[in-house]
Amino acid sequence: MNQSRRAFLKNAGAVGTVVIAIASGLLKPGAAFAAAWNKLAFTAKDPAEAITNAGYGEATESSEIKIKAPDIAENGAVVPVSATSNIPGTTSMAFFVEKNPTPMIANFEFSNGAEPFISTRIKMAKTSVVRVMVKAGNKNYTSSREVKVTIGGCGG
Amino acid sequence: MKRKLTYILTGLMLSISIGAHAGPEEDRNALINHFKQTLPGDIKFKDYIYGSLAMNPDAKDQYDSFMEFPSYSIDLDKGQKMWETPFKNGKNFPSCFKNGGKNVAGNYPYFDNEANRVVTFENAINSCLKANGEKELKYAEKEMGLLTAYARSLSDGMTVNVKVEGAAALAAYEKGKAYYGTRNGQLNFSCKSCHVQSAGKFIRSDQLSMTIGHASHWPEFRGGTKITTLQGRFKQCEKNVRAKPKAANSEEYNNLEYYLTYMSNGLPMQTPVFRK
Amino acid sequence: MAAAMKMRTKMEGDVVDVKVLIQHPMDTGLMKDKKTEKLIPAHFINQVVATLNGKKVLDVQCGGGIAKNPFFGFKIKGAKSGDKVGVNAVDNLDTKFDGESVIA
Repeated sequence: MNQSRRAFLKNAGAVGTVVIAIASGLLKPGAAFAAAWNKLAFTAKDPAEAITNAGYGEATESSEIKIKAPDIAENGAVVPVSATSNIPGTTSMAFFVEKNPTPMIANFEFSNGAEPFISTRIKMAKTSVVRVMVKAGNKNYTSSREVKVTIGGCGG
Repeated sequence: MKRKLTYILTGLMLSISIGAHAGPEEDRNALINHFKQTLPGDIKFKDYIYGSLAMNPDAKDQYDSFMEFPSYSIDLDKGQKMWETPFKNGKNFPSCFKNGGKNVAGNYPYFDNEANRVVTFENAINSCLKANGEKELKYAEKEMGLLTAYARSLSDGMTVNVKVEGAAALAAYEKGKAYYGTRNGQLNFSCKSCHVQSAGKFIRSDQLSMTIGHASHWPEFRGGTKITTLQGRFKQCEKNVRAKPKAANSEEYNNLEYYLTYMSNGLPMQTPVFRK
Repeated sequence: MAAAMKMRTKMEGDVVDVKVLIQHPMDTGLMKDKKTEKLIPAHFINQVVATLNGKKVLDVQCGGGIAKNPFFGFKIKGAKSGDKVGVNAVDNLDTKFDGESVIA
């Protein structure tokens, strides 16, 4: 049984009505991201589903992904986050905020000299794990950091 | 005879206490000493401009990350355009200020003895508009905020240098100081309750910033993108203690800004900045 | 029309550090307008492509989870002074945002 089918079956129980859409995505295993915006990944509400739809299913933890993120976000609407992948052959990197209404934040594909490094500012609805997925040599890797989001007393 | 002596002695004592009455400089130094004793860690004087960020490396890190390339960068360009665009009569904002508006913001607010009132930087902006036949801007609102965010950036690095000279100026300063210490609102807090007595302590998850260093970096972009002027922030704080805020450019807020900015004398200005 | 994008490039050895800022509300479509109580429609940049001398180096897909006025920092190895970095973005309403910067 190939990897993608196993992932499909693993998710089938948890997903419900989106099952068919996942299946069609998996009919083209290993396909690069289509030019069209990956609606299935970006609108998925479940983090595991979003990650799979984005093509990063079956990932192994890696300490070679370095994430810089605050311990406590000053403002959940604008959290600076950056990540570097030291895994050789990294071709893409994606960011997810597990507890956001739609966990997928962004996907970045590197080519022609772009280094596997991204710095950006994300929105976090509440305290959550920020997860970085990396694709290198057709394998998926992951690392994560928890970032706290608090309700201030008078931040305005 | 005894009663007369009592009166004389009372009179003497009163005059001694008035003579020994602390002026703005004594007030400022007293506060600096207070914060030296009560704030956590060992904060350098010049770092007081960072407020609670000076007490929280994780928060300061985020601030530094923003300030490298602020989210409000393009908004600030709008302010620059407003500042540089000539009026209908051909003149422009730089023509209303000394040195074309460069390194002047640290002198505001000042007390105008003729007009018998505190004059803020925003007042000066509107005076300039009025003198040139243009419509004045609403105080503390977005347009004024963007314009002054840029205009005051021309004084970056300048030390705050508010002057309180003469009886009338002193009276306005004292009114501002009194307002700062007056309890207000349903929660019955004064500015002092939080920013003097509890500076460094936490209110829910916000660490309270200290008075010294407050006024050197306004307007701010709250959350990185929402322009907020100093008096706009006064309004927010008053609402936070469930008090009815005063109007921007009210006598109370102008006197308060006068007092508060004096308390940041000696500190380097930087405008605008990011805050949560 | 006012510039909607700002870019900064800085050489660090043979790598150019690029920072780009795009003026955009990045409305998720999930928030309500406080006054009207109506949902603010989704309006966010969803694709960005960065190029070096016309060659694609970075292909980005994103959503409303990126903060208002999107900021992206990335690095390109093998760049040199005089090279041109291009950034082309598009939002869900098909509005385009384009910018380029010549490396000093």
